[in-house]
Amino acid sequence: MALTRKQVENIAHLARLRFSDQEIPALTENLSRIIDFVDQLEAAPTGEVLPMAHPLDQAQRLRDDAVSESDERERFQANAPATEAGLYLVPKVIE
Amino acid sequence: MTLMHELTLTELVAGLRSGDFSSVELTRHFLERIARYDQRLNSFITVTTDQALAQAEAADRARAAGEGGPLAGVPIAHKDIFCTSGVRTSCGSRMLDNFNSPFDATVVSRLGSAGAVMLGKTNMDEFAMGSSNETSYYGPVKNPWDPSRVPGGSSGGSAAAVAARLAPAATGTDTGGSIRQPAALTGITGIKPTYGRVSRYGMIAFASSLDQGGVLTQSAEDAALLLEAMSGFDPRDSTSVDKPVPDYRAGLSADLAGVKLGLPTEFLDEGLDPQVRAALEVAIGELQSLGAEVIEVSMPNLGLSVPTYYVVAPAECSSNLSRYDGVRFGYRCSDPVDLEDLYKRSRGEGFGEEVKRRIMTGTYVLSAGYYDAYYLKAQKVRQLISADFKRAFESVDMIVGPTTPTPAFELGAKTGDPITMYLNDIYTIGANLAGLPAMSIPAGFVGELPVGLQLVGAYFAEDRLLNVAHRYQQATDWHRRAPAAFMQ
Repeated sequence: MALTRKQVENIAHLARLRFSDQEIPALTENLSRIIDFVDQLEAAPTGEVLPMAHPLDQAQRLRDDAVSESDERERFQANAPATEAGLYLVPKVIE
Repeated sequence: MTLMHELTLTELVAGLRSGDFSSVELTRHFLERIARYDQRLNSFITVTTDQALAQAEAADRARAAGEGGPLAGVPIAHKDIFCTSGVRTSCGSRMLDNFNSPFDATVVSRLGSAGAVMLGKTNMDEFAMGSSNETSYYGPVKNPWDPSRVPGGSSGGSAAAVAARLAPAATGTDTGGSIRQPAALTGITGIKPTYGRVSRYGMIAFASSLDQGGVLTQSAEDAALLLEAMSGFDPRDSTSVDKPVPDYRAGLSADLAGVKLGLPTEFLDEGLDPQVRAALEVAIGELQSLGAEVIEVSMPNLGLSVPTYYVVAPAECSSNLSRYDGVRFGYRCSDPVDLEDLYKRSRGEGFGEEVKRRIMTGTYVLSAGYYDAYYLKAQKVRQLISADFKRAFESVDMIVGPTTPTPAFELGAKTGDPITMYLNDIYTIGANLAGLPAMSIPAGFVGELPVGLQLVGAYFAEDRLLNVAHRYQQATDWHRRAPAAFMQ
């Protein structure tokens, strides 16, 4: 199925990705080819087959609700682009 | 005299134990080889010289005091997808070019406590998305057998480093073939264990239901040694399996008489290079002469592996990579006008082309109105593929076949067309979809280029794969071949 430029721009917005105007035509073509390629799944006779989300048929483990990690805010924030007083900084959200 | 880089990991462990050389001598030898040869290959993103020598000194001291784990003092390399505290972990991406992990991956800490010395972090396709190592932010890796060709991917740096003997062994990860395909294209041994066998904690996520850590080594014996040290239950990984790790080396030499190998007719399709097929047939003949029985099996849904994968993997990738938002860690664009601009430009500039393409594909197949047609449908076909394996294992012990359709291809040959690139993994993806253990071993050459033989086992049958591979390697010497240009 050929995707339209508008569809691609909408997907890019959902994915929070900025593309330049020059990138969009080649991206649209490549994505259309990928979608065409995966469209062959449509013909597979899946009938009542249950979807497989995961290779191992096991339930998620539960753990005790106990503190297991220590506070490492400073180490983690050392990787942040911008922090102040232990908080992550972003551009102003509310005017 | 045999040089240290001509020895396998197993032989190096023995040499250290008997005092033939110290860990410092051994580590320095490999660091010198990296300094001398790696500009030709680009297999390392970061070389950790000082840390490696400090670890080697500690290993020598431990040995002198009668202590030290099973890998005490042997140098290895880690794929740059495994988090290492104090050493940049880039995942091959501009997004994480400045990322210093606050913690070690479980694989890194386990191998560290077994005594392994880390030489550095190896190059890889960006976020492990690629089959040629050409999507790395740090530039492509070259194949040591022919530097105009790719080493495969995504663990291409680990594969090239081991093939050129710049490291005795390395870790890797395999989501659709990323250990086995580069192992095949560089003439080394690679194993991806059963999903859940090796902890994914600290292994940067791509597609969580498919990703699995493993090793790239010179031999099955080395793979057994290393895999055993890094496997096992980890409460920090919610999909880690709580099951004891067997002694993988104990069963290596078991007789192959009566072992049933299934050869899927679907593997011998028109896409398989005739010379690769010829090499495969010789290798299968060798396995038969070792006592194995080869039976043709049919796995009719295997042909849908690649399209299934290219729905499931991008879907999981688009979700996993949403964490890179330019706020808490990783790349941030300059002068964002507002929060949305910060997200979009940080991600647009921080990710490379292939990663963005997969995020876009994943976002599309998960979006409202398309979920059932693509994602749910792919999960159902995944069930059919898994059932094909289950059915095959009722009559055979493991699957045998080619690892890749062709030997290593030229750099740039497939970068223009994503579908052609994706089809490199046509024989390897099935094992990831089903979560089965699989390995690739060197099985001959086409001209100067190595060819891999693939083995896929039942759940947790790593020991049987290693057994067949080891017996094959005792009868052949393909795995001892190394590229002459790097062996002076």
